[in-house]
Amino acid sequence: MALLPRRGRIIQWFTLFVTLVTFGLTLHLPAHFLYRHPGFQFETNLPWISSPSIRYHLGVDGISMWLVVLTGFLAPLGVLASWTAINHRTKEFYFLFLLQQTAMIGVFVSLDLFLYYAFWEMTLVPMAILIAMFGRDRGTEAAIKFFIYAFLPSALLLVAIVWLYAQTGTFDFVRLQEILAQNPLPAQALFWASLAFLLAFAVKVPIFPLHGWLGDAFSEAPTAMAMVLAGKLGLYSILRFNLGLFPAQSRQVAPWMIALAAIGVLYGALVALVQKDMKRLMAFATLSSLSFCTLGIFCFAVSGLDGAVYQILNEGVSVGALLLLLGFMYERYGTYEIATYGGLAKPMPRLATLFVFTTLSLIGLPLLNGFVAEFLILSGSFPGHVRWVAAATLGVILSAAYMLWMVQRVFYGSESGMVADLKVADVGFREQIAVWPMAVLMLLMGVASPYWIRAIDDAVVKLSAPAPAPELGIGMAEKP
Amino acid sequence: MMQVPQVYRILPEVLLTITGVLLMLIEPVMPAGMNRKLMGYLALLGVLAALIASVWQLGLPPGTAYYGTVQTDAFSVFFHVLICSIVLVALLIALDVFDAGKEKPAEYFPLVVFGAVGMCLMSSAVELLLVFISLEISSIATYILAAIRKRTGKSPEAGLKYFLLGSFATAFFLYGIALTFGATGTTNITEVAAALTDSATPGFAGLAVAMVLIGLGFKVSAAPFQVWTPDVYEGAPSPVVALMSTGPKVAAFAVLLRILFSAYPQLHLHWELLLWIMAALSMTVGNLGALRQQSVKRMMAYSSIAHAGYTLVAFTAVSSEGIAAAMFYTATYAAMNVGAFAVISHAGGYDDRLVSVADYRGLAYRSPLLGGALAFFLLSLIGIPFTGGFFGKFYVFAAALHSGEVWLAVIGLVNSGVAAYYYLRLLMSVYGKPADDAPVQLIPRLKGSLTLALLLTVSATFILGIFPGRILSMARAGAATFTAVIASNK
Repeated sequence: MALLPRRGRIIQWFTLFVTLVTFGLTLHLPAHFLYRHPGFQFETNLPWISSPSIRYHLGVDGISMWLVVLTGFLAPLGVLASWTAINHRTKEFYFLFLLQQTAMIGVFVSLDLFLYYAFWEMTLVPMAILIAMFGRDRGTEAAIKFFIYAFLPSALLLVAIVWLYAQTGTFDFVRLQEILAQNPLPAQALFWASLAFLLAFAVKVPIFPLHGWLGDAFSEAPTAMAMVLAGKLGLYSILRFNLGLFPAQSRQVAPWMIALAAIGVLYGALVALVQKDMKRLMAFATLSSLSFCTLGIFCFAVSGLDGAVYQILNEGVSVGALLLLLGFMYERYGTYEIATYGGLAKPMPRLATLFVFTTLSLIGLPLLNGFVAEFLILSGSFPGHVRWVAAATLGVILSAAYMLWMVQRVFYGSESGMVADLKVADVGFREQIAVWPMAVLMLLMGVASPYWIRAIDDAVVKLSAPAPAPELGIGMAEKP
Repeated sequence: MMQVPQVYRILPEVLLTITGVLLMLIEPVMPAGMNRKLMGYLALLGVLAALIASVWQLGLPPGTAYYGTVQTDAFSVFFHVLICSIVLVALLIALDVFDAGKEKPAEYFPLVVFGAVGMCLMSSAVELLLVFISLEISSIATYILAAIRKRTGKSPEAGLKYFLLGSFATAFFLYGIALTFGATGTTNITEVAAALTDSATPGFAGLAVAMVLIGLGFKVSAAPFQVWTPDVYEGAPSPVVALMSTGPKVAAFAVLLRILFSAYPQLHLHWELLLWIMAALSMTVGNLGALRQQSVKRMMAYSSIAHAGYTLVAFTAVSSEGIAAAMFYTATYAAMNVGAFAVISHAGGYDDRLVSVADYRGLAYRSPLLGGALAFFLLSLIGIPFTGGFFGKFYVFAAALHSGEVWLAVIGLVNSGVAAYYYLRLLMSVYGKPADDAPVQLIPRLKGSLTLALLLTVSATFILGIFPGRILSMARAGAATFTAVIASNK
């Protein structure tokens, strides 16, 4: 990549080609996925470092498979989104972009805790540098904030991982799961270790009240990076490690997490309601809908977990699409300020159509993907936690409020001065290629959800199985 | 057992000394118009020969020579190779800076080489008095090097400060040796251990260990003996800092390992506590101090204090795993720190034009190679995976956790999180957009020698981060020389 000339669009084409090939390769996973298969598939297990024994152990199950595919799917679209938006330092941009993709896929497929941690940390660096280099005006601050927020708890995660290694002698996820299932370690220590895991992941999701970095990083990040900034990594890790390795401990903290999730749903929605900047609005909308995932995860019901995973995928597609569209608007008008827009539907009808479609998906209109996930989550979590879930349901209504209100202000009404003065073209061919696949996918995921859920189910059923009761009652026992 | 000619045991030192003497002798007879860079090449050649000789020593059966004063084993070879490599790269960095006729190369290059003699000898000496002498050889060379830029204000000041405080600390070290002799009747490291087992006055010997720790703590700039570091690093010329922030420290760590684990293993409960405090203090003081620095060199000085703290964490494990981790850490620290100072030295030019973090703004735009290299070293200093710094930290904290030092590990890792902030600030500055009104700082074109230095340090840092196994097994072999002592202790 470094050898490529800076001239022309060679770098873009090359990156597009690479990401398309990667996407093609990820599709091989669902094509050959064995359903009803316990454990992991497509495993690779090679020694990396002999002592301490660290292995290059990769593999996927129903959860991570779709996340890998999603990452592969979004990558070429991200390239298309950056096609003209990134017009300086392109070589650095696409280099770091690909590095980021590699690290993310690495996080999803690693089954060795050490390898996983290495990829986990590696996702931070390209992201932070990209935010700093291509941010708007406060990129550097946002990048440092993002990095520190994520890095500090990761240090504790490393302590926990190494501690586990010192106790059990292995970094291997599958082996660890077997060993920990026999409860050989003191419950109190395990509780703290699980908390270290949870903290690192919760920051990355983010879960309220650890979302301090989100607004700045989201609004400063270039479109292609904002698309992958939040959600996936953290939530996947909670599912895989907190629920997978520490089932009993996760149940201990579940009441707290459900409360935080419900607060997060409402808080995110309320803050989104008053944002003046569309990208910041999206940041808090993301916080709100990711809190739904948390809710689904910590109810430990199969449908809730299904919904949570499904919602992670939706987030990737729908928020990604919306960010693409916002990026197109920014390229044309140079602002995300809601107040400066108005009546945009008239000069840009195609953009408006796509935007409204995506919005409907995000607020959970039946037949589109968002509805499936929200329904599953709410129905899965409702039985045990009526009050919190009732509160969170308000978030669904609020999400319709802030999204539709934004759409109304931006696209309808009379044309604002800026829209009237600046004559711009509607979305072009390249831009449509970037968005249409996502729109189609939203519809498909809305009407044909069993196709996805089937694979997710296999993995999730294991996680929802009741865990052996912990020996020591730390934290809160769940109230009947 | 095969008899090895005694001189083989000190072959690297001999080669270095010959080079140093030659360098001093040829300067006066060189024609006036002749390029003084030749001397640099000669020095390089000598250090390279010493490096090869050190590797060759690995083939010798481990043993002592000269009445049991020097010992070659896997441990000494590890540090010999490391020190020679550091000096090699430091010479490469200095080659262009000191060729412009502004300095007297006749002073610079021999001093570096003599310093290397001292440092190498430190890692193979097993007689406390020889340790002291070699420590002095290396220290005196670095005192002068720090002050070598006589015409600028800060360099002599740095040299004087370093000298005054340094000799004070060495006095403590000497005092420690004297007390050891008083307590045990010998100054030979192995005999000290033997004497301590049967009849010892632990109080006396404990005081001796404390004194030794003060002296060496100063050399590795561990808190609370770190106060000199920022001033000296700021004032001394950057190529010199590249050397003295790594070489003498690595050698001092070697001595510390040798003395603590060979001479005083019985007292480990005593010095473990002291080291625990020093490690926790160094990490915290270093990182918190660095947070507020605007000057890059001062920041790097505080960072080096923090890294000394990380290395000491491995000591507190009191296990061969910990020794190996400490050795591994010194290697990674050396690679990334020398590399970072190579960039700082070149980007700043002869008179250190780039001072503050803001001066580095946009460095990656003006010189992508230099900026990229600095970014890589900073990432390694933070401890990002796939760099040497990550595995260094990992092994250190894994060793500490394995020995039950959970709190120290937590302190250390939280510290490394704090440290990320100031490294990132510089990193973001390097990749940030240059301010419009800032005067454009011209970066000198990259020359061959510096490119080579960067190539060596970058690849070393990278290899340590991808395939740490080879170096770790070398460190393990080095640590194995102490295992007998540790096993009898635990």
